[in-house]
Amino acid sequence: MRISPDQLVLWAWGPVQLNATIVCTWTVMLVLVLGSHLATRRLSTATRLTRWQNLLEVLVSGMREQIREVSQQDPGKYLPFVGTLFLFIAASNVLAVVPGFTAPTASLSTTTALALCVLVAVPLYGIVERGLGGYLAVYVKPTVFMLPFNILGELSRTLALAVRLYGNVMSGTVIAGILLSLVPFFFPVVLQLLGLLTGLIQAYIFAVLAMVYIASATRTHGGH
Amino acid sequence: MDNLGLIGAISIVTAGLTIAIGSIAPALGEARAAAQALASIAQQPDEANTLTRTLFVSLAMIESTAIYCFVVAMILIFANPFWNRVLAAAGS
Repeated sequence: MRISPDQLVLWAWGPVQLNATIVCTWTVMLVLVLGSHLATRRLSTATRLTRWQNLLEVLVSGMREQIREVSQQDPGKYLPFVGTLFLFIAASNVLAVVPGFTAPTASLSTTTALALCVLVAVPLYGIVERGLGGYLAVYVKPTVFMLPFNILGELSRTLALAVRLYGNVMSGTVIAGILLSLVPFFFPVVLQLLGLLTGLIQAYIFAVLAMVYIASATRTHGGH
Repeated sequence: MDNLGLIGAISIVTAGLTIAIGSIAPALGEARAAAQALASIAQQPDEANTLTRTLFVSLAMIESTAIYCFVVAMILIFANPFWNRVLAAAGS
């Protein structure tokens, strides 16, 4: 049994290999880009909206609201990064019910890449917001002895982000595969439904955690 | 028992133990967190939004311990490096 779509090579030409992860990632990107392009082609401010514009407005304003509540700051700066993370993970987890499509988030390489993006984005936002010195001062916050623990914490939470998303999505597909060979008909369908729910929750949690990490690096005034 | 059988048996037993023991603590922790959050929502229904969001995030953090155990168990069963190495050594 495959526990990662990396091992499923669809097309190989010499050393160049296209595995299922890459193909599915590009499919998700294509769906997202084409969908938002088609939906934003005819934006209107009239009272009658197209239904796609309505959907996008609900999504974007919902994400802005969540970011504002989590970070207690203006969401404008964070929306592109955090919103993209959420949309990508949510789209790939939901598309997992399409036959033949394996969620790219079920591969440890995709989730590691996403977690590395967060690892890089946290100091970037922190330095832009508070300056280099102000950001580095966070690491020696209670005393200077906490420096190694703060750095370790930064790395381990990146690992935790990656493994959490990977484990949740992978467990869904693997358990569905095991159950298919034991009780073929009804039970896997129920588990797929549960997988849709956990997929969306994991996307939400990934985005909220990324936002919490960024907010803790950018918060300028006391308390935390 | 030869090496391959030994590795297989130990891997299977360890995978079972990993997920069995490793799911106890997160289960207790999640139950406690959920019960506390429900009590808080009952006391302050107005704050239900914030409480629910915090509950979800903390549940995910607690749950990740169980997920690590699950990943380790899956690796032991389906992608065991020692098993593959012994197979490769036997084949060559």
